[in-house]
Amino acid sequence: MDKLKVNIGNLELKNPVMTASGTFGYGVEYSDFIDLSKLGGIFVKGTTLHARQGNAYPRMAETPAGMLNAVGLQNKGVDYFVSHIYPELKDIDTNIIVNVSGSTIEDYAECAARLTDLDKIPAIELNISCPNVKEGGMAFGTSVCSAAEVVKAVRSVYNKTLIVKLSPNVTDITEIAKAVEAEGADAVSLINTLLGMSIDINKRKPVLSTITGGLSGPCVKPVAIRMVWQTYNAIKIPIIGMGGISSWQDAIEFILAGSSAIQIGTYNFIDPTISEKVLIGIQQYMEKYKVTHISDLVGQI
Amino acid sequence: MKKMLDLIVTENNQLNQNYFLLKLTTPNNEKLPEMLPGQFVEVRVDNSTSTFLRRPISVNFVDTEKNELWLLIQVIGDGTRQLSLCKIGEIVNLLLPLGNSFSMPQNKNSELLLIGGGVGTAPMLYWGKILKDAGFKPNFLLGARSAKDLLQLEDFSKYGEVYTTTEDGTAGEKGFVTNHSILQNKDFTHIYTCGPKPMMMAVAKYANQKNIECEVSLENTMACGFGVCLCCVEGTKNGNLCVCTEGPVFNINDLKWIN
Repeated sequence: MDKLKVNIGNLELKNPVMTASGTFGYGVEYSDFIDLSKLGGIFVKGTTLHARQGNAYPRMAETPAGMLNAVGLQNKGVDYFVSHIYPELKDIDTNIIVNVSGSTIEDYAECAARLTDLDKIPAIELNISCPNVKEGGMAFGTSVCSAAEVVKAVRSVYNKTLIVKLSPNVTDITEIAKAVEAEGADAVSLINTLLGMSIDINKRKPVLSTITGGLSGPCVKPVAIRMVWQTYNAIKIPIIGMGGISSWQDAIEFILAGSSAIQIGTYNFIDPTISEKVLIGIQQYMEKYKVTHISDLVGQI
Repeated sequence: MKKMLDLIVTENNQLNQNYFLLKLTTPNNEKLPEMLPGQFVEVRVDNSTSTFLRRPISVNFVDTEKNELWLLIQVIGDGTRQLSLCKIGEIVNLLLPLGNSFSMPQNKNSELLLIGGGVGTAPMLYWGKILKDAGFKPNFLLGARSAKDLLQLEDFSKYGEVYTTTEDGTAGEKGFVTNHSILQNKDFTHIYTCGPKPMMMAVAKYANQKNIECEVSLENTMACGFGVCLCCVEGTKNGNLCVCTEGPVFNINDLKWIN
């Protein structure tokens, strides 16, 4: 199985197939459906310094080949994660990566710092791209200065693998990617959701309580592929690609566009076993084309 | 344990213009997973370009002898319309069983009223059957727009007394379920309800005033059905809880509907 091994910073993945934050709970919710240890990694639910109740219902609108969400980072806070959730996860034989979010730079740094000492959390994913919170979130990920500032602050307190999750809601994603690379990020992951909106024509009101929300699912895939390819040509650190992956073919496409590893998100809702199927498909593709190592495919277009 | 299963359509009966009853069984005579009254399934919809997510559908009934799961489905959009077109022998992919269940009363002398409105009558059939099997005598109060929308009455009558209301007065008492005379004429200890939210809120208010134990089954829109998307939350006294995992059945004392 060595031909599937991937390194992202100091993070060692047994394979490039991982699951995206906000679509996979804490992993254990899927243990009835799949063997979690087969995954390269699990990005758990977005975690903030203090508990958050999230946004008001309704939080979801179905769209053609996708969905809008406006969950708003509902979570019980980092201390609850450390004391109550981490003990349940630490024996899962895969990489557990915490997605860290915040409203201020200090919040991000403090939240990251409190995760440093957890042996079985080898990396964090810094979420500077959540479109569903009033303060912080995407605001940090849409300007070069603030993206650089937050990464710099977290880098100074967090010495394990630091992945920064980028927003697609920008004019030029490569500018942001270059800025976070310069501040010492080990990798970038992209894309987070695209800002969207849906209207109930009978009520003549927005469907979501927050009016706008984040679009995900197969409908965003071509945008994501384009952004991965642009970013691959602009930076040297590895890219974890995501955005609408619903099959192994999609995963290969992301790898060819420049992703060293991938995350599967929204499609887990439709098929909770999709991650296993994607892994099998990647292996068969590699056999068919006699690919000796997965890294030989990265960016090969 | 939750499963993803391919089931085979054994019957698909159109009950009226908007409702159909889908009966499903396992391939190879494998036994269906145990399902509790009040639980639901998530049905994958193929062949609909506008449908991306699975559709959450209540367990209407489990026929253990025939190893059949019944789903009562209202045609609302293209997803449910595609499901209504399923033919006998076709495969339908489901996640099941999902969610919690109604709670069994402790006292065998409990007077039970199961109130269903519209497609919300669906879970009451299986719950009524389980209650009867456990030695209770459930009463059903079923509400619909019109006589043609009152469904499965023969099935309900196997498990208890059936009372009905219609909005146009074409069957049973005219009006909403909360106007039915049974609520004045009989004392109940427990009410279980599922249906449109305004109906359930009116029932909850009635139960609270009369100090009757009351459970409601919610159907907030959801993306996953197993507690990971956090879209279907209901504001409760314990914060925002997922209807798909902490519910769909809630005791009204835990909700913020009253007071």
